[in-house]
Amino acid sequence: MTQGRIVAGALAPHPPHLIYAENPPQNEPRAECGWETLRWGYERLRRDLAALELDVIVVLSPHWQTYVGTHLLGVPAFKSLSVDPIFPHLFRYHYELTVDVELAEAVHDAGRAAGLEMKMMRNPDFRVDYGTIVSCHLVRPDWALPIVSISSNRASSYYNVDVMQEQAKALGRATAEAIRASGRRALLLSSCSLSHRHFVTESELPEDMSREHITHHGLYLWDMELLRMIRSGRTRELVDVMPEFIAQAIGETDSGALTWLLSALDYPEVPGEVYAYGTVIGTGNAVVGWLPEEARR
Amino acid sequence: MTSPVTLGLIVPGLPQPLLCPEQNPGWQSVRDGFARARVAIESAAPDVLVVYSTMWPSILGHQVQALPTLEWVHVDELFHDLGSIRYRFEIDAALAGAVVDAGVARGLKVRATAYHGFPVDTGSVVALTLLNPDNARKAVILSSNVYSDRAETVVYGKALVDALAAQGKTAAAICVTTLSNRLHTRFIDPREDRVHSQKDDEWNRKLLEFLGEGRLEDTAQLSRTIHKQIRVRKVVNFKSLWWLSSVMGAHNRYTGEVYAYAPIYGTGAAVVALTRDVAGAGEREFDEADVEVYQGDRNVLAGPTTSPPRPGAAPTATTGSRETTAPAPVARVGAATVEQRRPEPAEAVRTSAAPRPVGPYPHARRVGELLFLSGIGPRQAGTDAIPGGPTRGLDGAPRDYDAGAQTEAVLENIRVILEAAGSSLDKIVDVQVFLIDMDRDFAAFNRAYTERMAGVGATRTTVAVRALPTPIAVEMKVIALP
Repeated sequence: MTQGRIVAGALAPHPPHLIYAENPPQNEPRAECGWETLRWGYERLRRDLAALELDVIVVLSPHWQTYVGTHLLGVPAFKSLSVDPIFPHLFRYHYELTVDVELAEAVHDAGRAAGLEMKMMRNPDFRVDYGTIVSCHLVRPDWALPIVSISSNRASSYYNVDVMQEQAKALGRATAEAIRASGRRALLLSSCSLSHRHFVTESELPEDMSREHITHHGLYLWDMELLRMIRSGRTRELVDVMPEFIAQAIGETDSGALTWLLSALDYPEVPGEVYAYGTVIGTGNAVVGWLPEEARR
Repeated sequence: MTSPVTLGLIVPGLPQPLLCPEQNPGWQSVRDGFARARVAIESAAPDVLVVYSTMWPSILGHQVQALPTLEWVHVDELFHDLGSIRYRFEIDAALAGAVVDAGVARGLKVRATAYHGFPVDTGSVVALTLLNPDNARKAVILSSNVYSDRAETVVYGKALVDALAAQGKTAAAICVTTLSNRLHTRFIDPREDRVHSQKDDEWNRKLLEFLGEGRLEDTAQLSRTIHKQIRVRKVVNFKSLWWLSSVMGAHNRYTGEVYAYAPIYGTGAAVVALTRDVAGAGEREFDEADVEVYQGDRNVLAGPTTSPPRPGAAPTATTGSRETTAPAPVARVGAATVEQRRPEPAEAVRTSAAPRPVGPYPHARRVGELLFLSGIGPRQAGTDAIPGGPTRGLDGAPRDYDAGAQTEAVLENIRVILEAAGSSLDKIVDVQVFLIDMDRDFAAFNRAYTERMAGVGATRTTVAVRALPTPIAVEMKVIALP
């Protein structure tokens, strides 16, 4: 068997607004427009990814929150309706997806061997979280690839960010190890925004872009600092400042998603490609790719 | 305005009591607690159940379930291996709309949520499945806003009261929350479940002691401390008791009953029921004694009326000017212990072991060589519960009651007061008895009286009266030797 590898990684935030604004057939609500900067960034990422041969998407989502261990989808296929609990008026998405259960089990086993608490999710009635669905849709709306969906263990809440970091790093190494052993060519997605201070109200028309901006200038500065590190290949430094970023910018990276990704990618020193940065209901979101040189146009 | 919320319940939202109670005796006890809560709902007979779930966080203001029928197969995102929960809940959409309107009128951001397939949270699913399995009553489910502080949460509670009043409905308010919420961070054998730490367990028990005494507002006032001490931050702060106290009237005068307390995967899971006490809350809030009859200033500047104890002397307790070696008697206002509010007349006796007086008078007063007791009823100290049951319900409708049990409780209260004053039952010289229904109750009263007082030889007068101040059937006034 050919050795597997992580072909590419992406920071792929999951605001359901981006799907809402795109009006895909799977989503019930309809929009006029909205968040074009981010959506067009995703479009460019998709175009670059199309040049790559991929077998599977592996995604870690902050919206499958598990307080005991890290869980992975372990059922071959899911078909259901995903309704966002916060934005149900924007996101009621009919999904149908397949799971690479074999790879999920391999990640599970590698994580357990690394000392992490791991669990497979085998209940066919389970609803896949909307973070996983949004990020995967925005990267491959045809759902042609099977996915491996990994939960976010809430170590940041139960202990502190440092514990989350160590667990996420270990999980990243275990994921990479499992992919190598599987022979799969994998795309990894960190499904999270950067700064994550929401507005607490919404404009009457959700896609009214005259109302969209970062919640606070300080958050913008933090987001830019992280993007500078990404664009200059300083990802190890980024992980080092992650606790401060999370504290100062209410980072959704407290989910461990970005630390996991960078650990799995072994802290890339090549510049990450920032396809887009924009705000969604006040939060800072960046679409970033770590793709092989030949894929970047 | 008296709250239209006639019953408050605190229940945990984790799925174990519903899906696998047999795996741990504690989980089964919580399941049994839910069954008792269901009986309490039947007894209170509210029009609607209102669920406030800490497991449904919202960020864009508050959300209210308004789809007339919620139907799905639910799987918990953490305990998915325990199985699926098929549910169908009937929602009171009209009341949900009224809550939205009332909330907006009070300045809140509130929106109705009416979408098929909305992911109803595990806590709401567990609570409604166990408390209302046949949809005997319609329900409304409210989100718990992540960012709301105490003021906003209290206003949110008042909006519900407004909505209920506008629709002429009564409700049982159901808070879905654990006490301590620290889960184990490793998978455990269910048989080995325990509360995460001794600290969590001790806090839980203290909270349940307060709630068992009906001290809802006091407990709500502790919310921030509770959150710091025994709550993992997660998403939603420990604000559910702010809401519950708000909808029930923001005071402490409830009858509290703890139906169950057990660990569920490390958390402190309790089922608690709160009903307004029979004396009614009036307009009192927090620890106010009474705003109907002024009871005087707190006498904080007055010095002790007795000499301070000498070094090495046995500790004594003071009641008015009386010294006693009995457990320190203290005045009780509502269920909260406070100091005496002004100097009592010489030889006034108050004791926390007897039911709180319903007016500005002591339990007893010594004059010369005699001890005069105020009229004493059967209410229980601390809870105001009435052994044998009240003579009428909160709605004023007559209830069946046991006059014999009330008589026994009256005599027990008299014994406690006499002993706090240094006397005893066998020193009673005269008893005046007041019954609200001589024909119905005399025989039962007389049997119970005879059993306790036959050998005392006190004189006795028994009369029928039209009513007594609280919904009791028996009251006695006693004169005794000290």
